[in-house]
Order: sequence, then structure tokens, then C-alpha cells
Amino acid sequence: MNAQLLIEVSALAASFLFIYGLKRMSSPVTARSGIVVAGYGMLVAVLASFLYTFGVAEAAKPHLTTNAIIAVVALLIGVGWAWRSGKTVEMTAMPQMVALYNGMGGGSAAAIAAMVLLAVPAEGASHGSLHYLVTVFGGLIGAVSLSGSLIAWAKLDGRINKTLRMTGIQAINGSIMLATIGIGLYIVFGAGGHAPAGVTVAFFALALIFGVMMTMPIGGADMPVVISLYNAFTGLAVGLEGYVLNNPALMIAGMVVGSAGTLLTLLMAKAMNRSVSNVIFSNFGAAGDEQQG
Amino acid sequence: MEHAGTVLTGFVALYIFMLAAFTGYEIIGRVPSILHTPLMSGSNFVHGIVVVGAIYATLNATSVLEQAIGFFGVLLGAGNAAGGYVVTERMLEMFKSSDKKPAGK
Repeated sequence: MNAQLLIEVSALAASFLFIYGLKRMSSPVTARSGIVVAGYGMLVAVLASFLYTFGVAEAAKPHLTTNAIIAVVALLIGVGWAWRSGKTVEMTAMPQMVALYNGMGGGSAAAIAAMVLLAVPAEGASHGSLHYLVTVFGGLIGAVSLSGSLIAWAKLDGRINKTLRMTGIQAINGSIMLATIGIGLYIVFGAGGHAPAGVTVAFFALALIFGVMMTMPIGGADMPVVISLYNAFTGLAVGLEGYVLNNPALMIAGMVVGSAGTLLTLLMAKAMNRSVSNVIFSNFGAAGDEQQG
Repeated sequence: MEHAGTVLTGFVALYIFMLAAFTGYEIIGRVPSILHTPLMSGSNFVHGIVVVGAIYATLNATSVLEQAIGFFGVLLGAGNAAGGYVVTERMLEMFKSSDKKPAGK
């Protein structure tokens, strides 16, 4: 199919432009052109993605018109809102906007995972456990990134002033995480990827709660490091969902961001003379000497 | 959910992940600290590509529930891409002026 070839070529072009753009962004002299280069990559990839209409699964064909309208409307609203808010936000308020946009990306990855898990399995089209394990893992990370980034945004924006510190929060968070992972493993191995909707919803709800609980104890001054960490999380989630959707462009872009974001997080923490684990876990215990940023 | 083109077996996927991870690491490796925040924002923009996956999944939706989730998936992904682009461009705008003041926080 020509449409398919066009999609593949544009995905390849987008992957190249992203990497080249990031490379340019890593030097102050060329940084400004870097984002423009990457922007063209995104434009090409998003425009080409509508060519998927020519290759949808048989079961989805009766819904194609509605689906296409939904996609276009959501795309326009999302772009319109984000473009305006990004243009008008104060320079000093930029870090929280980055957190907000990053959380949205994590939410999008989680939504993809949810759609894969909630889809009615077509006969004979069952995937192996690995497929669903990757789906669930990506969805978990994406959901944590969504709710965690929202808390980071709210804290930096001054909407949440309190820093939740209580004894035993470590144990509470630990049990939430274990419960989430337990349900996730049940979805993959117990239900073969297609658990009842209630179980899937509970999985994502717990993952979201875990993101909130993990971020609440962290003080405002440490938020840039946390945002960078969630940025890496979202990248990883996107890369994993790219594998699930068989989409190399998502895999490459997601994984590049996942590793670049991880390194960036380490560098930022080092610039603050902190270690990442110190930032994330310090408030779980007794250390309460941080300033609200 | 496969489409006809590339079909990635487990190991090819691992090769892609490995090479992409090294690429990301090398790009960020020797970056000056004033670029930390713009780069975080720039990489935040790059993973906005997730919107393409969300569009693909939405086009293949077969139930109202999937369509509803797809709507939010595309909406959120589009916000990530567009917002990430605008904010990064504005941050990097500051590098146009000759003196290199720290960009944002």
C-alpha cells in the first residue's frame, strides 16, 4: 500500500529530525534552530498519521468516520489550547507548564495502554504475554507520570502549598505500588491481557494515586529534578507503547527521551549537590529541612 | 493491532531500544548546565510524538469506551506536542541575545 509506505517514510524522517533537532539543541549556538527542526519532524509525523485511515482493522471500519472526527477534534482542541497557554504563560511560570505538558504526554501513553487493554479481542488475534506486559508497564509509568506531573505543576504554580509529610508514608506508598503491580500482573498473566473493565480501571486508578502519593512529599525546590524524572518516565512510557503499536518512530523518540531525560535528571540533581534518590526519598523519613521553592 | 508494514519481533525491538538509548545518552552527554531546562523542555516536546500512537489507536477504536479514551489520548498528546514546542521555542528565544543569561529556572 502506498499510504503505508508514506507513513513509514514520514516516521523515519520524523525520527531523524527529532534526533538531529535534539543534537542541535544541546549547544547554545544552534539551540534555537534545533526546536524548529524537531518541530518539522512532529508536523510530518502527525500529518502522516491520518493516512492510517486507509489501513484500519476490519472491526473498526464501521466506526471510521466517527473515529476520524474524534481524532481531528481532539487534535485541534489540544493543539489550540496548548498553543495559546504556551504563548501566554509568564516566563517565570515555564517550569510548571513543562510539567503540565509532560503529564499530558504520560496521560496519552496511558490512554493508549488502556485502549489496548480494553479492546475487545478479535478472534485469532491474540498477542503473547510480552505484548501485554509491555502495555501494562508502559501504562503504569505513563499514569504515574500524569498524576505526578500534575502535582508538580500544582506545587510550582502555588496551588498546593502543603508538603505532605507523615510517618509511615513510605509503607503506604510501597503497598500502593505493590497492589498496582499485582493487578498489572493479574491483567497480563491471569486474564491474558483482557481483564474485566473494572479491573483495568482499578489498575489505572491505583497507578494515578501512586503518582500523587509519590510526589506529594517532595518540596517545591526539588521540583525541577522531579519534572525531569517524570519527563524521562513519559519518554519510556511512549517508547513502550510504541512497541505495542508496532511503531518504530514512537519507540525511537520515546527511548531517546527516556535515556536523555534520565541523564538530564542526574545532571540536574548533581548541579544541586543532591542525588536523585535523596530528592525522592528524603522526605519519607525525618528530614524536614527543605525550603518551599 | 498490527498494520501491514513493519513488524517488529522482540529482538529487533530490543536493538532499536538499545541504540535509541545510547543516542539519547550521547546527545545529552556534554551539555552546558544553562541548557538543562531548555533541553528538558525540548525532550518533553519530542515525546509528544505519542499523539501519533493515540491517533492510530483512536482510528481503530471499536467501542464508545475506546472512543472516549481515544479522545482524551489524542487531546493530551496534542497538548504535549504543541505546548512543548511553544514553551521550548520561547525558552530558546532567550539565547538569541548575546549574553548567556540562565534560561528560566
